[in-house]
Amino acid sequence: MEILNIIIIAILINNVVLAQFLGICPFLGVSGKVSTSVGMGAAVVFVMALANLVTYLIQYFVLVPLHVEFMQTITFILIIAFLVQVVEIILKKSAPSLYQALGIYLPLITTNCAVLGIAILAVQKNFTLVESVVYSSATAVGFTFALVLMAGIREQLDVLDTPRGMKGFPLSLIIASMLSMAFMGFSGLVK
Amino acid sequence: MVLSLLLISLVMSAILGFVYNATKGPIAQAGKAKELNAMKEVLPDFDNDPAADPKEIDGMVFYKATKADQLVGYAAKTFTEKGYAGRFDLMVGFLPDGTINNVVILEQKETPGLGSNMTQPKFKDQFNSLNISTLKDKKLLVKKDGGTVDAISAATISSRAFCDGLQKAYDAYMINFIDPGFKPADATSGSTKPAKESEGGKQ
Amino acid sequence: MSNFKYFSNGIIKNNPTFVLVLGTCPTLAITTAAENGIGMGLATTFVLVCSNMMIAALKNFIPDKVRIAAFILIIASFVTVVDLVMKAYTPDLYKTLGIYIPLIVVNCIIFARAEAFAQKNAVVPSILDGLGMGIGFTLAITLIASIRELLGNGSIFDIKIVSEQISTILIFILPPGAFITFGYLIAIMNRLKQKYSN
Repeated sequence: MEILNIIIIAILINNVVLAQFLGICPFLGVSGKVSTSVGMGAAVVFVMALANLVTYLIQYFVLVPLHVEFMQTITFILIIAFLVQVVEIILKKSAPSLYQALGIYLPLITTNCAVLGIAILAVQKNFTLVESVVYSSATAVGFTFALVLMAGIREQLDVLDTPRGMKGFPLSLIIASMLSMAFMGFSGLVK
Repeated sequence: MVLSLLLISLVMSAILGFVYNATKGPIAQAGKAKELNAMKEVLPDFDNDPAADPKEIDGMVFYKATKADQLVGYAAKTFTEKGYAGRFDLMVGFLPDGTINNVVILEQKETPGLGSNMTQPKFKDQFNSLNISTLKDKKLLVKKDGGTVDAISAATISSRAFCDGLQKAYDAYMINFIDPGFKPADATSGSTKPAKESEGGKQ
Repeated sequence: MSNFKYFSNGIIKNNPTFVLVLGTCPTLAITTAAENGIGMGLATTFVLVCSNMMIAALKNFIPDKVRIAAFILIIASFVTVVDLVMKAYTPDLYKTLGIYIPLIVVNCIIFARAEAFAQKNAVVPSILDGLGMGIGFTLAITLIASIRELLGNGSIFDIKIVSEQISTILIFILPPGAFITFGYLIAIMNRLKQKYSN
């Protein structure tokens, strides 16, 4: 099943953070606690699915017919910035505690390379609209997965003694490398 | 507020429009130059412009090369979807009798150190001077699959995909340009030698 | 701060990659070969300098409410300029850097400097700041890329240093290697900082 293939590849094999290096900033920044990570992940799933839907439509109904494909970067990022603002407003009204917990990281979803990156990739891969939305949602789920894994590990490490120089980013990066190695083992799943 | 945004958009659009127009030509040129260079690498000397008359067949593109109006061979831009990381593109040069002259990898994103070693002469030069019709069932296969091709160690998938790209190009080349009666790999083989008709070779 | 200080700030003391830890996505992704580091670094520096310059010049003209939108417009346009120019004149590098060229627009370094510096300073200091940060970034990622290329491929800037017989540590060219190299380098920089500020 083509769709199932896309999902498995997006979450496990080509994991957006651990294999494609997109979304590293929030990955390192937000993954302190599992609860915030889940919230962040959910917000990203929503924004990415919506962003892919809109950018796909704009690409094929505006940019291509008008032969202005080079405007892709500008239009896509403007759409994403706008959508993030919308999500911010919705969250503020409907889930204020999550809004507070995410703090500055919510508007930072705009500069999350994963959102823009996947929007561009979906167009490059010539997906249909449905495939594109599935692809971006699955990718965002993979992002959440990696984020939660990282948060779980870091929560445990917080109570341990670590060498002074390694505290903070270096340690997170080394953990990320091990997660990345582990995920490489999934590549045999799909022929 | 809206005015300032509008003005900024106008200024930036002007800059962009200027750069876009200035680079349109070079961009098209750069694309063509790369392909022409690849063709030069995979075929013996020619003096025409093969890119002027491309023939598209099944997603591949065939370019005819001649020297002093004699057929030198065809360059085939082929591809395979079966790579480890998906699709990659090859340019293969065929001589008029179907022998592979040389192969150049156009674009690939296989695993560095493994599949990407297909660009090394150690792997890709084994196809030079190879005529697929001399192989069993006219099929290009890696040794693991019963064929004659030395795969890259630990990169069987990339190696298989490479053979797939070449096989596709060869089959299409033989049927369309050399011998309309040519039967590709899966059919029961008739003659093992392709007919030596060179297509439209002006004598 | 003297003009030179604006420039040198970004090279070591506040190096965007090792100290501020910004722009980590391209840092990890394209550092598989030293020349990619240089290419990406220069492209980013160009956008940094241009956007810093323009934002500093227009800062009194942009109302606060539409600040982010204006920044995005300016930065994204310069990124598109770089994209088109690279596509035309350096097609091989363009193909290698791939999607990371348009992703320069969400490189946190550019936004961070626009917000933290260009918005509050004059044009010339902003240009110098952009230049310093950009060069600091270029040096940092080229360092990472050189290490990864050397250990993972036995070459540097495409010149083979190690003979064919020696097997290289492949993992450095693959994703985990990026994390490891970056992590250890930050750790080393941290220790150096601690030693020298005591």
